[in-house]
Amino acid sequence: MSGEWPLWEVFVRSRRGLSHGHVGSLHAPDAEMALRNARDLYTRRQEGVSIWVVPADAITASSPDEKDAFFDPAADKVYRYPTFYEVPEGVAHL
Amino acid sequence: MSELTSDQLFDYLLRLGDDALIAAQRLGEWYASSPEMEEDVALANLALDQLGAARALLTYAGEVEGAGRDEDALAYLRADREFRNCLLVELPNENFAVTIAKLLFLSAYQLPLYDALVSSSDARLAEIAAKARKESAYHLDHAARWTLRLGDGTQESHRRMQAAVDAVWPYVHELLAADETATRLASSGLAADPAELRAAWLSTVEPLLAEATLDRPADGWAPEGGRVGRHTEHLSYLLGEMQVLHRAHPGARW
Repeated sequence: MSGEWPLWEVFVRSRRGLSHGHVGSLHAPDAEMALRNARDLYTRRQEGVSIWVVPADAITASSPDEKDAFFDPAADKVYRYPTFYEVPEGVAHL
Repeated sequence: MSELTSDQLFDYLLRLGDDALIAAQRLGEWYASSPEMEEDVALANLALDQLGAARALLTYAGEVEGAGRDEDALAYLRADREFRNCLLVELPNENFAVTIAKLLFLSAYQLPLYDALVSSSDARLAEIAAKARKESAYHLDHAARWTLRLGDGTQESHRRMQAAVDAVWPYVHELLAADETATRLASSGLAADPAELRAAWLSTVEPLLAEATLDRPADGWAPEGGRVGRHTEHLSYLLGEMQVLHRAHPGARW
């Protein structure tokens, strides 16, 4: 039957103020049941205050093959970090 | 009216505790056997909720009885005739639809029951009910969602769910029966009023069956006896499995 039930990705917010984080996946016949299965599988020990479930096939993921093109160019661009910039003396409210 | 006796309270606590205990044992049978791994975990969670309520209720029952019996003595060392659970919870699981029908009918009763017991004149019972009612709300939710999906699903799932509802329906009579103990304890403010439970149960179940495109069975044959210790043969087998370890190794601990 696993072949018939779609896969869902589960995101749990552990407490107010934090973002939802990916915790795992599960099978369920529909979104409502997925939410309940997620409650049983991933929040049994009070891990969360909010759950999102997303159909796994609705997620577009970057491919490992594209890793170089996607991520490597960021490696040598130190000016993207705020610490790269020197703040002149006397600048207020920064 | 004369004072309530501890015997009557003991009897009432056994009813509540045994319903929860036997329901827990039946739900636990699904572990590693349900249609999906996710449902294994869901049903086991419900079983553990029921077991938790059973432990609190039987512990309290033992204290009320005052004969030195603890939760283990009551759970593992009574014979079938000493159990006070309704027949509904001891019925075999048969298939997933029957299990869901049993769970639906039980939780549609336990939720208003515990809701009412939150304001029981017995503080200890009120405390146990306050915890159990949230769990029952989830059990009802789980059963209701499956009932909708199976009833209003495929032709085959509809057929099976209708058969399950038809098979289990007669046993609801005992669950909602207003017998002497229930009526007496209710009038003292200690227990839930059976008439109100009946109304609440019907107002939950009837619309749900309609939404799930299932027919509400006609009332007719109404087996009972569980509340006075006359059970189906199924309970003996269930107890045999549940009690064997404790009886073979008295006082065994994990």
